[in-house]
Amino acid sequence: MNVKIIKRKDIPKHKEVIIRIMAVLLSIVFAGVILLAFGLNPLKIFGAIIDGSAGSEIRIKQTVLRAVPLLITSLGIIVAFKMKFWNIGAEGQITMGALGATWVALNLPEGLPAPFMLGSMMLGGFICGAIWAFIPAIFKAKMGTNETIFTLMMNYIAIKFVTYLQYGPWRDPGAQGFPKIAKFTENAILPSVLGVNIGWIIALICVAIIYVFMTRTKKGYEIAVVGESVQTARYAGINISRVIVIAMLISGGLCGIVGFIQASAIEKTLIAGIAGGYGFTAIITAWLSRLNAITCLFVCIAFAMLIQGGSYIQVSLGVSSAISGLVQGVILFFVLGSEFFLQYRLEFPKKPVKEVA
Amino acid sequence: MNMKKFLAILVALIMVFSFAACGDEETDTFADADLRVGYIFIGPINDGGFTQSMYEGAVASKEHFAGAMDFKYRENVTEDTQEVKNTGLSLIDEGCNVIIACSYGFGDAMKELSEEYSDVTFLHFSGSMKNDTNFDNWFGSMEQARYLTGMAAASVSESNILGYVAAHPYTEVQIGINAFTLGAQAVNPDVEVKVVYIGTWGDAEKEKNGAEELLNEGADVITYHADSTAAQLAAAEKDAWAIGWNFPKNDAGDKYLTAAYWNPEVYFNYVLQNILDGKFAPESYYGTMADGLIAIDKLNDAVPADVQQKIADTKAKMEAGEFEVFTGPINYKDGSVLCEEGKTLDRAGIWSINSEIDGVSASSTN
Repeated sequence: MNVKIIKRKDIPKHKEVIIRIMAVLLSIVFAGVILLAFGLNPLKIFGAIIDGSAGSEIRIKQTVLRAVPLLITSLGIIVAFKMKFWNIGAEGQITMGALGATWVALNLPEGLPAPFMLGSMMLGGFICGAIWAFIPAIFKAKMGTNETIFTLMMNYIAIKFVTYLQYGPWRDPGAQGFPKIAKFTENAILPSVLGVNIGWIIALICVAIIYVFMTRTKKGYEIAVVGESVQTARYAGINISRVIVIAMLISGGLCGIVGFIQASAIEKTLIAGIAGGYGFTAIITAWLSRLNAITCLFVCIAFAMLIQGGSYIQVSLGVSSAISGLVQGVILFFVLGSEFFLQYRLEFPKKPVKEVA
Repeated sequence: MNMKKFLAILVALIMVFSFAACGDEETDTFADADLRVGYIFIGPINDGGFTQSMYEGAVASKEHFAGAMDFKYRENVTEDTQEVKNTGLSLIDEGCNVIIACSYGFGDAMKELSEEYSDVTFLHFSGSMKNDTNFDNWFGSMEQARYLTGMAAASVSESNILGYVAAHPYTEVQIGINAFTLGAQAVNPDVEVKVVYIGTWGDAEKEKNGAEELLNEGADVITYHADSTAAQLAAAEKDAWAIGWNFPKNDAGDKYLTAAYWNPEVYFNYVLQNILDGKFAPESYYGTMADGLIAIDKLNDAVPADVQQKIADTKAKMEAGEFEVFTGPINYKDGSVLCEEGKTLDRAGIWSINSEIDGVSASSTN
């Protein structure tokens, strides 16, 4: 069979809706078949995923706790992706941000007022995340290195560096010899508003700032132009190296803030796994939101619900973690797959019909 | 195919599901139990090691209480506070009034939750954290079982090199290594114990690599302080002896020597009965071979009869409280003194061990 893949120029609204609905239905059917094969009731599982992520106050809070790091990281990735700079290094930038915030928390005097301490930690997180993104950015700008591999590898360096600190110079002597870093004091822990740490307010502010920055400012526009065509950007007199570096400083800095929030509010110290995979999941959410900060807010909430619901069904229905992961994977597969069909269409050229005289 | 037709078929399929799915409304007995226990596990419940041991303990305990106790659990929970706290909250949200957290790294989250939920009891495996009302830790004298398996290991080794795949260079792990070494030295003073630290409680790939490294260095008996049985598999592949850990699961066939393992239902039954009777008070529970929390599996026939007898005698003495594993003189490998001649280490002394003893050589893959 002969299949042609053709890029769509424009897609009518109703067709887009049908494709999206179909993706969701297909994922339900396929996940359902798998669940039935394991002797589980698919409808009950799907119901439990929603119930588990929004069914009670505790669950909503847990969903928000997952959405916050995902959202801010996605925003950081959006800035880079808009420029077609494939920043796969958010995981490392989060880790280094957490490291920066932790260094501040462990080294400033203990009695410092909380607002000053937290402000310094946030700044420390931003700077360290930005530095970690700056390194691949400057190489890309000056030497044209491949940023995908570069940023990816920087992740492992960051995580291993934290492991080194954990086992070596930063090891807490009061932990029965267990290799971990000391807990923060009270003034280095983010306070809560409405029962959830104020990371969620920071996240909403970031959404607004990035939305305005990307759509209403000259720098944001320049980033988009560089992403569309380097030639055009050069022709328009845009300093491309400068744009790459600035965009990556913002991208890495935002990830660094995530590191600060996770270290301060959640772990209350630094651990090697502080980024928790958010740096990778955020690539999916950034992409699904089509690099729009406002859309991203909703995509991240939906995604956080999926993660939280997946965790909940393990507890409430005794579903094994493998099956829970499988259901999440199937849903993702179809939703991501539908993106392909929104941008391309398949054509099956008809065989020439022999004419009978 | 027409898109709308496709859509219609999809919807029809989903409706078929909803019919197929009807009619399996099981009755929920969880809410009726007085003891609603939530377990947090670090690995999968069928890992053949630590998590399986804890899970089987929970099942046995449920049977023991016949209706008064029921449990829910979550497996594969990573040791970061967000994940652990989240799991604990989900379990409390499901109605649990006891949370049993089965890993050292779950402690901080349990401490936080115990402050927020004073009507829930939190029981943390290992560590030393507790409060005065609803938060306790529990562990056991694993050094006893390790000592006995060390005796068995030395009796079958021909190269006189014993391999030990270990998680973190941390007190709990070093107690086991040192006890194993003392047991081995009691049978053969010339034996050497080689340790590889893998930097994680459970990662089958790293566990297996660690074991292979030790086998390449000449070890012909492998034991481990890690959650899966990967090290056993590595040993069996190279025709070396394997000693299990955590759970009496033989993954090495004929080369399975024995195992040092937990009987967690001993503790679960005890502590849950206390909670049921309103008598619970944090005490930092420490189980022993005498009360059955700690055990060793049946020995392989390859262990010579005289050593088998010696092991049985030592075990009997341990149970009677007449034998202390850490009896001086014991020196650390750097020459400093761990325990002076004529003295024994008490629990506090054992739990301040911070290195390996003489006769051990350790390296780290991290």
